[in-house]
Amino acid sequence: MSSVKDWAAPTPISENRSGLIGKGVDRYEGRLKVTGTAPFAYEVEAPSPPAYGVLIASPIAKGQVASADISAAQAAPGVRLVWTPHNVPAQGERGAKINPRSQRGANPALAARIEHFGQHVGFVVADTLENAKAAAALVRFDYAAEPADLIFEDNFAQAEQPEGEEDVRVGDFEAAFAGAPVRLDETYVSPLQNHAQMEPCATTAWWEGDNVTVHTSIQMVKGGQHTLAETLMIPSTQVRLITRYIGGGFGGKGQAYDDLTLAALAARELGQPVKVAYTRQQMFQATIHRPAVHMRVRLGAQPDGRLDAFALEAVTHCRREAPFTEHAANFARSLYAAPNRLTGHRLVKLDIPAAGAMRAPGEASGMLSLECAMDELAEQLGMDPIALRLRNEPETDPETGKPFSTRQLVRCMTEGAQRFGWDRRNPKPGQVRDGRWLVGLGMAAAIRGNFLLPAKAGVRIDADGTITLRQGMTDIGTGTYTILAQITAETLGVPLAQVKVELGDSDFPPAPGSGGQFGAATAGSAAFAAGMNLRKALAELAIGDPNSPLYGDDPELVTFGGGNIAVDNRAEPLERLVARAAPEGVYVEGSITPAADARDYSQHTYGAHFAEVGVDPDTGEVRLRRMFGVFAAGRILNAKTAMSQITGGMIWGVGTALHEYNEVDPRYGSFIAQDLAGYHVPAHADIVDLSAMFLDEVDDKANPMGIKGVGELGIAGAGAAIANAVYNACGARIREYPLTPEKVLAALP
Amino acid sequence: MKPFTYERPADVTEALAMAAAAPGARFLAGGTNLVDLMKLQIEQPTHLVDVSRLPLGQINETSEGGLRLGATTTNSQVAADAKVRARYPALAQAILSGASGQLRNKATTAGNLLQRTRCAYFYDTTKPCNKREPGAGCAAIGGIYANTAIFGASGACIATHPSDMAVAMSALDARVEIAGPNGQARAIPLDDLHRLPGETPHIETTLEPGEMITAVVLPPPPTGDQIYRKARERASYAFAIGSVAVAGGKVALGAVAHKPWRARAAEQALAGGASPAEAMAAEMASARPDGHNDFKLKLMARLGAACLTTTGAGDGQ
Repeated sequence: MSSVKDWAAPTPISENRSGLIGKGVDRYEGRLKVTGTAPFAYEVEAPSPPAYGVLIASPIAKGQVASADISAAQAAPGVRLVWTPHNVPAQGERGAKINPRSQRGANPALAARIEHFGQHVGFVVADTLENAKAAAALVRFDYAAEPADLIFEDNFAQAEQPEGEEDVRVGDFEAAFAGAPVRLDETYVSPLQNHAQMEPCATTAWWEGDNVTVHTSIQMVKGGQHTLAETLMIPSTQVRLITRYIGGGFGGKGQAYDDLTLAALAARELGQPVKVAYTRQQMFQATIHRPAVHMRVRLGAQPDGRLDAFALEAVTHCRREAPFTEHAANFARSLYAAPNRLTGHRLVKLDIPAAGAMRAPGEASGMLSLECAMDELAEQLGMDPIALRLRNEPETDPETGKPFSTRQLVRCMTEGAQRFGWDRRNPKPGQVRDGRWLVGLGMAAAIRGNFLLPAKAGVRIDADGTITLRQGMTDIGTGTYTILAQITAETLGVPLAQVKVELGDSDFPPAPGSGGQFGAATAGSAAFAAGMNLRKALAELAIGDPNSPLYGDDPELVTFGGGNIAVDNRAEPLERLVARAAPEGVYVEGSITPAADARDYSQHTYGAHFAEVGVDPDTGEVRLRRMFGVFAAGRILNAKTAMSQITGGMIWGVGTALHEYNEVDPRYGSFIAQDLAGYHVPAHADIVDLSAMFLDEVDDKANPMGIKGVGELGIAGAGAAIANAVYNACGARIREYPLTPEKVLAALP
Repeated sequence: MKPFTYERPADVTEALAMAAAAPGARFLAGGTNLVDLMKLQIEQPTHLVDVSRLPLGQINETSEGGLRLGATTTNSQVAADAKVRARYPALAQAILSGASGQLRNKATTAGNLLQRTRCAYFYDTTKPCNKREPGAGCAAIGGIYANTAIFGASGACIATHPSDMAVAMSALDARVEIAGPNGQARAIPLDDLHRLPGETPHIETTLEPGEMITAVVLPPPPTGDQIYRKARERASYAFAIGSVAVAGGKVALGAVAHKPWRARAAEQALAGGASPAEAMAAEMASARPDGHNDFKLKLMARLGAACLTTTGAGDGQ
């Protein structure tokens, strides 16, 4: 196992001789996507004409399917099969090969036992989508409904400690808080949110003999493959799962859903390819969501702003049968110094759809609390909010005492303040007007953990010089194809056009997929390792080849650049070497594992958000006027896709602060918003003058390339900066997100 | 989705005849609402009469000095029309505050008037709704959806009409021209087109079966400033949670009732010399919020008063 010390050595990536690393090159698959020629899972052409499946959802939240009458549906035009809990084929138990703590869809699909509104209870396949939909409306179910626990706030009494977790205590929080001269004790509420991906869950499946091929939209290729194999009760080797493109995942497609199971089962039953997609409504009701969180923050400070006591206690919810904890307090364990600390979580189990991971799980909700509390405390103390944060900047991780790998939070705040014009903020709220608008400024810090998981990659060079990287990795729209091409090209010293990247196939060397902002570091480090192994293989090939100008040279002296392999001024193009010495091509694999001593460091990405908002005193409407973020997230691989990720995260923060929420109907257990007209994500008009910058950084404790993740950092804290700006604009401190016109208007005098 | 048939008539007479010949027929114009509802199987017409290419796409001057907007003029066309913009700015503002550019390119004047409510329970076919299924009950009553009516609601329905355009047209005293299947034609005030829900919320307008809107006629613009303001949960592409149109001394409110709500109490108060705030207070006195939509009281009072102040309608003109 490697040590982080090994990662400090110079590499082709750190030397960056052709300058591809960091360059904002266009997306590898961009042209395909904008011309509509990138086939997403539902659009993949099957080897023979497909049939179309439609799912039927439960209108009750808890109980049993008592009976089902499928006769009318079976007799409807074009219908191939109708399944209910009573006739769906047997499915294997899941769990052996996938993380038992991961949330998963109903198991088996079409279970008679109903655990939430919208759980699928029926499935119709027909020759056309329209015929399947018409027939689905003809299936009649009788239900035996049971009382259900549906409302989070009504069930706080049953909140329990998540299994296997304990509160984290340092020092004596209660005593320190009681003795602190300045105290804050407030509760903040983040809403239940849906992922609202553009592309719904979708699968195209077909069988060849005992082997099934599925094109599906899932963030984790291997997880999906094993899940399906277990469900079908066949070896994983008989399941080929392909996910070339994903139209938005955000954590919501980290697992397999009923489209995958039922498409595969129906294709086997019918001997015909089957396509299944969720409707927009099913995306809301029958996948996962970010749960609401109640967060109590207690801060005890000295008059100079030094924190003596800090506590963040989060209560959240999950589906009764699918434990999941939104770890809204974890981020705070590494953020600010305070000798006496308490953080912990409680979980309420409900009979609603499953809670699960959504972009920046933990931070996205959690930072909405503490970063507002710091703003409130700063006002109590008569301090500038940045000065308060600087006062509490820790030397080492405030909980563990471990050294930080890199931490540029202070510079993010000070640099951002200067560029944004923070000095123009009037600390007294409600003082600035522009026409009818009340104008205010707010800021917040950002922190998000950085992770590296085990992964492999394969790379081959063919006789024509084409270098192909293959990995069971996904690109969920983040730019993974592009950065892997850049890493491979830079490692091997070839132009970008010489590199092909093939992803999202369970036949390829495995990678954990996209999530937790670990994708670039994890998949990229494996690709880099594979590239380095290919360099070694090619160097050995050249020095062992009597016809090579490098014949007999020292392999240590071999360099790669400009498409050539060289020692000093003796060089030849890679394709000439391969065509001559290995005409079938050369294929190698590489892998990455976390360093043995990686956990000796407190490792995070950081940032600071600055927002200016206008509040309409007539309506309570809040409009973003400008927003700026400064981030430190290791070496940046692609200026364009990284900026797109970080500003995309900030935009999610805008949505979290102002727009996005869903509510459970206490009578039915269903979400009130179930389409994109009812569930508001920011529209273009909501995002004006929003930009960001990255600080120069290399984190040589993170991985061999010194990179970190950028996919989730942008959300962390962004919503709090906006809420703080709203307070500065109009004096309304709203602790329940989002800050809708209704809430703001109620708080206005 | 259920199978349906489709025809495209050449003129109004043929369109009316086609609709009369097929029970369960619907007129299809831009399709921005009807087709969505068909996909959800909320609307299940047996026959579609595509009126989108009828020669009703003109904006013409009337002899009285107003404008006649043909039924199939698109929302984009009306909002961009120089005469509309100059003489009926509240209408142009209202249209441009609705939907998105793509939808406005397809949506028509008559179709906009006849769009159906966006009540969340109307869209959720697992819930009872007296509009979808008369007599089934109303899930919105006692529910948590807050964008519901505060004026004129009934025990059968608390849904609102979602149009922005119609609110401005109401304040402008627009009239609706209607053609019937037996060759008859009539014109009614826009205010008389939409019905309050009463016990029959599935009957949303006073159009008789087989009748078709052929035009909306705007009278000469009133004296005085005009404005349309809309409150919503994001900056664009969201339905109003409350809106106000003021044209001269006429006031209409949106997202508060089953129809564009003509604020006659406010108008009377204004005529009697009331201030903007007093006029809105007079109007809101008859509002009946249900607990979930109480915020609309403060919202409409403030937004209405602001619009009246901006247009100078409440300063004793």
